[in-house]
Amino acid sequence: MSSATFQHAAFILRGNPITGIAAVGAALLTVLAIFGLWIVPYDPIASDVAHALMPPSAAHWAGTDQLGRDVFSRIIVAAQLDLAIALSAVGISFVLGAVIGALCGYSGGRLDRAVGRFVDVLMAFPLFVLAMAMVAALGNRVENIVIATAIINLPFYIRFARAEVNVRRNLGWVEAARASGESHVSVVLRFLLPNVLPAMVVQMSLNLGWAIINAAGLSFIGLGVKAPTPEWGIMVAEGARFISTGKWWLVAFPGLALMLAVLCFNLLGDGLRDILDPRQRT
Amino acid sequence: MTKPLLQIDNLHVTFSTRRGPVEAVRGVSLSLAPGETLGIVGESGSGKSVTGFAVTRLLDPAGKISAGRILFRDREITKMSNASLREMHGSAMAMIFQNPRGALNPIRAIGAQIADAILAHRKISAEAARGEALDLLRAVQIRDPEKRMSAYPHELSGGMCQRVMIAMAISSNPSLLIADEPTTGLDVTTQKVVMDLLANIAAERGMATILITHDLGLAARYCRRVVVMEQGKLVEQAEALTLFRAPNHPYTKRLVAASPTATSRVEDLVTGEENLLAAVPAAPLPTPVHGTPPLLDVKNLVKRFDDGTVALKSFSMVMAAGESVGLVGESGSGKSTTSRMICRLLDQSEGTINFNGESIGHLPARDFHRAPQRRDIQIVFQDPNESLNPRFTAFDCIAHPLMRLAGMRNGDALRQRVRECASRVGLPSDLLERFPHQLSGGQKARIGIARAIACRPRLLVLDEPTAALDVSVQAVVLQLLDRLRREDGLAFLFVSHDLNVVRMMCQRTIVLRNGAIVEEGESHALFDNPQTAYTRELVEAVPNIELTPVAAAG
Amino acid sequence: MKLATTAKRAARRFASSLPALFGVLIFTFLLMRVLPGDPAVFFASGPNAGKEEIETIRKQMGLDKPVPQQLALYLYDVGRGNLGRSLMTGQNVTKDLKERLPASLELTFSALLIALVLALPLGILAALRPGSLIDHGVRLFCALGVCIPTFVSGLLLIYVFYYLLGVAPDPTGRVDIFISQPPSRTGFLLIDFLLAGDLDGWWAAFKQLILPACTMALFVIAPLARITRASMLASLGSDFVRTARSVGLSWWRIVVTYALRNAILPVITIAGIVFSTMLGANVLVEKVFSWPGVASYALDALLSSDYAPVQGFVLLMAFVFVIVNLVVDVLYGIADPRISIG
Repeated sequence: MSSATFQHAAFILRGNPITGIAAVGAALLTVLAIFGLWIVPYDPIASDVAHALMPPSAAHWAGTDQLGRDVFSRIIVAAQLDLAIALSAVGISFVLGAVIGALCGYSGGRLDRAVGRFVDVLMAFPLFVLAMAMVAALGNRVENIVIATAIINLPFYIRFARAEVNVRRNLGWVEAARASGESHVSVVLRFLLPNVLPAMVVQMSLNLGWAIINAAGLSFIGLGVKAPTPEWGIMVAEGARFISTGKWWLVAFPGLALMLAVLCFNLLGDGLRDILDPRQRT
Repeated sequence: MTKPLLQIDNLHVTFSTRRGPVEAVRGVSLSLAPGETLGIVGESGSGKSVTGFAVTRLLDPAGKISAGRILFRDREITKMSNASLREMHGSAMAMIFQNPRGALNPIRAIGAQIADAILAHRKISAEAARGEALDLLRAVQIRDPEKRMSAYPHELSGGMCQRVMIAMAISSNPSLLIADEPTTGLDVTTQKVVMDLLANIAAERGMATILITHDLGLAARYCRRVVVMEQGKLVEQAEALTLFRAPNHPYTKRLVAASPTATSRVEDLVTGEENLLAAVPAAPLPTPVHGTPPLLDVKNLVKRFDDGTVALKSFSMVMAAGESVGLVGESGSGKSTTSRMICRLLDQSEGTINFNGESIGHLPARDFHRAPQRRDIQIVFQDPNESLNPRFTAFDCIAHPLMRLAGMRNGDALRQRVRECASRVGLPSDLLERFPHQLSGGQKARIGIARAIACRPRLLVLDEPTAALDVSVQAVVLQLLDRLRREDGLAFLFVSHDLNVVRMMCQRTIVLRNGAIVEEGESHALFDNPQTAYTRELVEAVPNIELTPVAAAG
Repeated sequence: MKLATTAKRAARRFASSLPALFGVLIFTFLLMRVLPGDPAVFFASGPNAGKEEIETIRKQMGLDKPVPQQLALYLYDVGRGNLGRSLMTGQNVTKDLKERLPASLELTFSALLIALVLALPLGILAALRPGSLIDHGVRLFCALGVCIPTFVSGLLLIYVFYYLLGVAPDPTGRVDIFISQPPSRTGFLLIDFLLAGDLDGWWAAFKQLILPACTMALFVIAPLARITRASMLASLGSDFVRTARSVGLSWWRIVVTYALRNAILPVITIAGIVFSTMLGANVLVEKVFSWPGVASYALDALLSSDYAPVQGFVLLMAFVFVIVNLVVDVLYGIADPRISIG
């Protein structure tokens, strides 16, 4: 990155401090995800039935659950799993989608049509239902949540990369690279992809929030992660049993954690988009 | 003297941008009599369009009239309420825009759009409005007007859309018509038809017209009086003929010299010290040695696309080393397709291409990057903004072909060579570390040329190399190209829609239309005495400064 | 003539979605093949089916035959509407799905209606006054709206309206068990109660529906309002709106006929995508509100390793979605002359 880019970024941040806050939030979340286990006040899986279902207090900031476990500690520790699932899923679809999409967008022709058909089939399913079905088919395990989330995201990345490459493939500088002796493949991988990547990273950031919600949703309905592992979706699912009797903290706090995480990544994505392309600002 | 219709006093327009306020118009004063035709001429950033939009109060929300008065029929426009503005728009003054297709509502039939404009100012029945819309379509000479009433903009050509736009603008008989680059992007023959129509309608109805344009020839042909703007200021105003024959202000002098006409020479485009060719004596062009194969020999080139459209029906040409050949044609003529195939960036469907006696047409475009002729045939692209990799510095751009095609490695030799190329195209070496977005259009064009000549090719294909540049920048770039050609004995295949440029730059010219050659021959002979009706039409459509303005007669 | 082109277009569009539908069938077939366990077991009459019975079913289903032939058999079965038998209910999956589909659709359509009725005006208002209080409000709402998962917002709504305020009924099912069901004509309770003239019943069903429908709507208002705002802003700033202003059209005409009609086009496209999100969100919302729809049926089956209903459900959803896309496409074609003529 050149100093001009940094200047531009600093300029944007000054005009849009929310992006800065979101970036700090995302960084904080990452730190919690890595070191959560060491900094939480209570053991996230040790039950203490004597203090079950206690409302939030000074000792238990977010109350305790039906087994007396500290909800706050569980929320912090859960960040690791939730973020890991979302990040790896989005990472897989990002890499695959970028390469496949870029090749399709540049070459057109038979490859493009075949991939297009495949994407059409995937897109013919409501995505959450597709993820559900895949987890059911592949086996009810965490890895498969990752794979399923990656696959349902794939069409977006393929289409995005394809479109971005397609509008650029006849630009002067791309043809110039060929006139300077580059082969088609190297034009795609060394010239077009690096130019498309920044926009795709923005997509990735926006997509990360969605992936978090998606993965939490799958574990909410009982797929993937199993109790007693702390995970936001499962915590909400367990809390759901007590909501009609007014134990709101079991749902509200993990829900809040989910919301904040998603919000951070979404705002960060929006901010990155502004930094990369001020014209897209709405 | 009659009372002016429009009087602008010391107008200032300021835009608020992310980098703070920018003054786009800085103290413009002018007046316009009823029925007068005025041209506002200037290059990009001169504030000519902003002035037009300020008069109609159609500025972007970011732009504000920060000082000055605009009096229209003695009413102060700058202080007008929204309601009176709405009343005035269309009925008192109307505007015609650049990009006619975008200016029309894409999902409303054109008849309905014209009727909307009529109904905005008069309480008549919808039926009557449709009737009048039909009359207006006839007035702007749209064929089959009954059928066209229900057509949508995407079903019409750009020229047709501009006529519809004119019909809307004149629908409530305004007394002032402002046309902002009304024919930019249209082919030259279409441009002539649209401009003639506009001039006739304005004369018939006694409308005053302001024509905002970058094209001096256009302003000269259609305006009685012309004002020249530079960087938000009005630098000179005079009768069109006086202004162009005897410009006073140094900027106007530069601009007039830089605008190519039927008789201009490359040497005269740039005045003063910046003239690149003054120092270089016009070296005699190499005469082909008898018996050697021509540099380029193209036979029966055909291009069909997958969807069945034929871009090029048949094309043959021969070109000697060091020769410059122009390829002219309007949009859709196949000139760009042809240049891409000769450059081996696109495969032909049929035909042979021989370069220096060796066949290169049989090499598929996808493998040509390995061919030894790759470094001999280079290309300069149309839009300098799109021809440089946004992630490459100027240095990287020029170094890239040297590393790939001349096998040079990163090091002092490469640096030396890149600097040498940069200096040959007049690019200061301290700009080499910059990225494209930090450079001006002219600088980017120079980098594009430096990249193309870096490996000392023998044939340079120039695909509308100056079409996106302002005329004064174009002048410098054309001189630069001409000098490089003389120094290196380069052959040029110069693709352009601008007849005056081709006439000046090329010894021979080929005229293409709808994928076929219409006429070819020695440039001056071809343009001075065209043999085919189409070439004659093309030549006559080009507005030249020397011509007497048509509007002056009316 | 317009009608004829639209119909032709719908037919063509449907034909072009056939390959995707075929792909969906292959996909569900493959899904069945890689599913853990023996497919024959869950097509058998019950969990206690004997070995012989399973063997017979295996033969019947053709599981001993080569894969292409099995695929043909599968397609034949689906064509006849035979999606297998559910272990849980012991019924034919097709029958189960048919009984439960109206509940899901009623919920989804109500939610879509609520979302559109709220999102469109909000987006338009925000675009008309960019930078105003309402604009900032809408943008904040959009930013937050996409961040709250439906299962969390649904539970919190239950907490507030059922536990705290006590205005909502017990969040289970479509209608109180003590209220007699109306004669089923459309399967949509709100309509059936109206047809039967039973306003009390209608009110009871409405109260049950409103929370889950709002939950789902909340989640999709944000994307809808956001795209409405963005496309309205784009069309208000477009060249053709400037043209409309330059000839002095009235504010109303500019906003409605010129800006809004153009701005609605991307909204239609997004509405199709939003509908897909809603079909997915159905699973979560139906679970939270114990809504007796197809999604909760499939989910229960999935968790008890009863796979035939899951496949049937996936197939059904894909089919519904293809139809929705078809409708969206036809609507788009009506709204945009550039498409219907081409």
